[in-house]
Amino acid sequence: MQQIPKEMFQPASVDLSEAEKISKPSLSFWKDVSIRFRKNKLAMFGLVLLFILVFMAIFGPMMTPHDYRTNDLMNTNKPPSAEHWFGTDDLGRDIFARTWYGARISLFIGVAAALIDLFIGVLWGGIAAFRGGRTDEVMMRIADILWGVPYLLLVILLMVVLEQGLGTMILAMTITGWINMARIVRGQVLQLKNQEYVLAAQTLGASTSRIMFRHLIPNTMGPILVTMTLTIPSAIFTEAFLSYLGLGVPQPLASWGTMASDGVSALQYYPWRLFFPATMICLTIFAFNVVGDGLRDALDPRLRK
Amino acid sequence: MLRYIGRRLLYMLLSLFLIITATFFLMRAAPGGPFSGEKKLPPEIEKNLNEFYGLDRPWYEQYFDYLTSIAQWDFGPSFKYKGQTVNDLINSGFPVSFFLGMEALLIAVGMGVLLGIIAALNHNKWQDYAAMIFAVLGISVPSFIMASLLQYVLAIKLGVFPVARWESFMHTILPAIALATGPTAFIARLTRSSMLEVLSNDYIRTAKAKGLSRMQITVRHAIRNALLPVVSYLGPLSAGVITGSFVIEKIFGIPGLGSHFVLSISNRDYTVIMGVTVFYSIILLAAILLVDIAYGLIDPRIKLAGGKKGE
Amino acid sequence: MKKRLSLLFSLMLVLSLFLAACGGFDKKESADDTKKGEDKKADVPQELHININTEPFSLHPGLANDSTSGTVLRQTFEGLTVIKDGKPDLAAAESYEVSDDLTTYTFKLRDAKWTNGDPVTAHDFEYAWKWALDPKNQSQYAYQLYYIKNGQAFNEGKAKAEDVGVKAIDDKTLQVTLENPTPYFLELTAFYTYYPVNSKIAQQNPDWYKNAGDQYTSNGPFKMVSWEHNSKIVLEKNENYWDANNVKLTKIEMVMVNDPNTELSMFNNGELDWAGSPTGNLPTDALPQLKQEGKLHVQPIAGTYWYKFNTEKAPLNNVNIRKALTYAIDRKAIVENITKGEQVPAMAAVPPTMFPENEKGYFKDNDVEKAKEHLQKGLEELGLKDVKDLPPITLSFNTSEAHAKIAQAIQDMWKKNLGIEVKLENAEWNVYIDKLHSGDYQIGRMGWLGDFNDPINFLELYRDKKGGNNDTNWENPKYKQLLIDSQKEKDSEKRLQMLKEAEAILMDELPIAPIYFYTQTWVQKDNLKGVELSGLGDVQFKWAYFE
Repeated sequence: MQQIPKEMFQPASVDLSEAEKISKPSLSFWKDVSIRFRKNKLAMFGLVLLFILVFMAIFGPMMTPHDYRTNDLMNTNKPPSAEHWFGTDDLGRDIFARTWYGARISLFIGVAAALIDLFIGVLWGGIAAFRGGRTDEVMMRIADILWGVPYLLLVILLMVVLEQGLGTMILAMTITGWINMARIVRGQVLQLKNQEYVLAAQTLGASTSRIMFRHLIPNTMGPILVTMTLTIPSAIFTEAFLSYLGLGVPQPLASWGTMASDGVSALQYYPWRLFFPATMICLTIFAFNVVGDGLRDALDPRLRK
Repeated sequence: MLRYIGRRLLYMLLSLFLIITATFFLMRAAPGGPFSGEKKLPPEIEKNLNEFYGLDRPWYEQYFDYLTSIAQWDFGPSFKYKGQTVNDLINSGFPVSFFLGMEALLIAVGMGVLLGIIAALNHNKWQDYAAMIFAVLGISVPSFIMASLLQYVLAIKLGVFPVARWESFMHTILPAIALATGPTAFIARLTRSSMLEVLSNDYIRTAKAKGLSRMQITVRHAIRNALLPVVSYLGPLSAGVITGSFVIEKIFGIPGLGSHFVLSISNRDYTVIMGVTVFYSIILLAAILLVDIAYGLIDPRIKLAGGKKGE
Repeated sequence: MKKRLSLLFSLMLVLSLFLAACGGFDKKESADDTKKGEDKKADVPQELHININTEPFSLHPGLANDSTSGTVLRQTFEGLTVIKDGKPDLAAAESYEVSDDLTTYTFKLRDAKWTNGDPVTAHDFEYAWKWALDPKNQSQYAYQLYYIKNGQAFNEGKAKAEDVGVKAIDDKTLQVTLENPTPYFLELTAFYTYYPVNSKIAQQNPDWYKNAGDQYTSNGPFKMVSWEHNSKIVLEKNENYWDANNVKLTKIEMVMVNDPNTELSMFNNGELDWAGSPTGNLPTDALPQLKQEGKLHVQPIAGTYWYKFNTEKAPLNNVNIRKALTYAIDRKAIVENITKGEQVPAMAAVPPTMFPENEKGYFKDNDVEKAKEHLQKGLEELGLKDVKDLPPITLSFNTSEAHAKIAQAIQDMWKKNLGIEVKLENAEWNVYIDKLHSGDYQIGRMGWLGDFNDPINFLELYRDKKGGNNDTNWENPKYKQLLIDSQKEKDSEKRLQMLKEAEAILMDELPIAPIYFYTQTWVQKDNLKGVELSGLGDVQFKWAYFE
């Protein structure tokens, strides 16, 4: 071993104030999330897209002199032109105006249904799985029964009993909509609840709700977000199905779902009638998906660098 | 385990009974009946028909009649299709729907899981984005639009597949793809997201540290744990898919069971409604039970039978 | 783990084997290919491929009650008469005599055989009609036979089978006694409820009609050789048919595809020889293009599409309001731009196939001026100052894209022309029909397709306030009397005059707003000839052939 001369050593000047400094600025959880989210370009793009869609839903109908309901039977099924940017439908109505008018209804329904499904589904599935045993059994069997009864029959009855309107429609949509979410959350929680950190939390005396919301739910965020992004398009098209039965938005109001369902039969002849509403649905779902992914990544503490 | 399954079977019977009961009363509460049509029947004929089919008797008699005949697996005659029993309709329609459903399920699970894994392993690379775009399209284009698009492009424009009907294996491909698109996309997304979660776990890091190959890690450790949400979703999905889809059967002219679910309700064909609901529910409940059993196989840490033990 | 994987693989293997095994049904393909090739040859195969949309409810003539069953039965069975060139022509009957009071018909049957070789006798007719009328057989269309003396009474359990006015005098003579003189009786005998049934077989085997086979015997130009439920029916030429020499088609394949776009695509692909009415449907959006290409065939049929007014609900209890609403509809714009099937604007109730002058109708189409006048008058009568004060009006219809389009167009016309804002409401079919029949509506969509070729079929709907299909709560004593008297009138000219008079009353009080008269549209192979389409929308392939 080589000899180290004394000169090579220097006294370390211990500055106590320096020691107290933190190299990385202190961040609250949400601030951190927002920083990491903003670094995700794709997610930011999705967010901007969503803003544009919402903006157009609010102001789009005002950008054209045509309104969503006035017929022009002399100009039916016209392809996109300078006069009608998205063309006209089979009653000669302006598809541009209808698309953005429909955006209001479809976006609202999609988000509302997704949030309600999320709320009920997470609670139901989470409680069932966490409590386990008989509670799980009973809660999940209730879900099975709701799923087993013919949905069409349920909807017909709802239509007879309740007034046509937004509330009825959302009820019809969420009455069975949450079940998928509940099943997936239950499966995840079953897997997680016996893991060491949950046991640790339990040993430390954490309450059930704390374990649920601080430990279990955040760790099932991935599947939850994916299921939510499925709920939105399915709500948009369920609305079309309900309109078909007389429970959706009354004609001549437009929604993406009804416009697309109408447009399918014209696919071979007037493709723009399907193209515009369907594209808007795709864009919306895309935006929600990338935002959802970005959010998931940002929320996951393990991906923190 | 056997005791657990036995108890579950009992619960299944109870659920089935409740589904039958709920359906019976919903059905009878819905306006209209099997004999109401555009041209109203003379009242005497309608009365005679109601008497013959026992629709004029008190509801509890009809209800118990239904229960006893269902217990004997005899769903009675269809009100609309004279000379055919509900059992006939199920026996002729189900094999078709089952075949189509299995084909779609194979596509959905195979493709979905594969895409999901590829996307997760290449997180934020082009493969991930490509899989995402496919999944977004698959989720946001519902099966009836998908069916029309496939039919238009592949059958009418390119002439690669037959337009419709159920005659050869070639005839099954387009409807199976249309039926599988949504589930494929969804399974791909689910797999990807839970794969990402699993891949960041400590045991994966341990496995890496041990020097296991990427392939080994993926197959041995990751997939198994990542598939759980897919399995949760698979139960109801497979029950729905193998009992047929109304729109797909309509667009492709397929003589499956799916059309009876919808048509029997709009026809108010009571016996058919009950028959197909019972049939569907049994498949659904069985699928859900299988899923719960599968949980334990996939992840031994899950104890369903344990009751309070888990808490 | 390895074990589980191998299990998975073997499972997949089994499944793929299963798929492959089930894939063993591609005989059909080659048959189709040869068919395409043969088109150019001089010897054209006389095989017809059509689409019948849905599974027929029943192929028993006495039980059938839907148009799909009718289409199949019309080819396999034959009644006393058949509709040819729009008129009844003798078929199973060789000749007939009518009594002076028009209530007794005596038919002489020709020598004809069932598909199994049994002779067709008068007893078969008597058996079939009485069977359908017998209340224990649950025939929903038994009322089609109510024209026969005591038919209704027997069906309602108030008379015995012997009292029914149909009797086989001998094997070849059938005597029919009617309740009232029925000028259109020979039209009725062409209808499927009036077809005979092979009594020998039916008495032994009550299930004879449930499937194709030896037991399914019929007496028409074709016989049913296979019936795959929900999928396909195959008919072949009946060599035992008395007029077999004039039947050129050797085979008819009827598939059940219930989607208009698919149907048209199959036609374009050469898989069907006919697409559209009367057995299927064409997609509305395809009509302009088909018309442009000169492929579209159009024929008017006996049917009217109309809106019913509930004449007991304000403000529709006011005749001037009803007039205003009826006159302010631009029917021409609707048929040209929405329905697109060359339908005829209807300003009358009875279709022009029965009253040719009804093409013009009782009032002017889209007469906004007059509509406004009546609106003004109506408002005054109701003591209202402005249109805005009108009680809210709801227009109901059963769910369908076509009805929704028309309703939205009319809603827009009423708003533009009269300033009346109407709410639209659609419902599932059974829910809708329930509301309509129970009077729980204001304006409701309905259509009527004639059962037989006589105006009475349309006019008697509104004879009685509580008549099963009236729904408008409208009744007019003079109208009622005219219809009752017309039944007893033997002079057919005078009778028609009375019916016209009645229609004039209906069109003045307007419990209904007629919109258009139905047409049927279809495309067909150019070399297909001799298909007989009746004014009621029925099709007969007996004389059809490929050139």
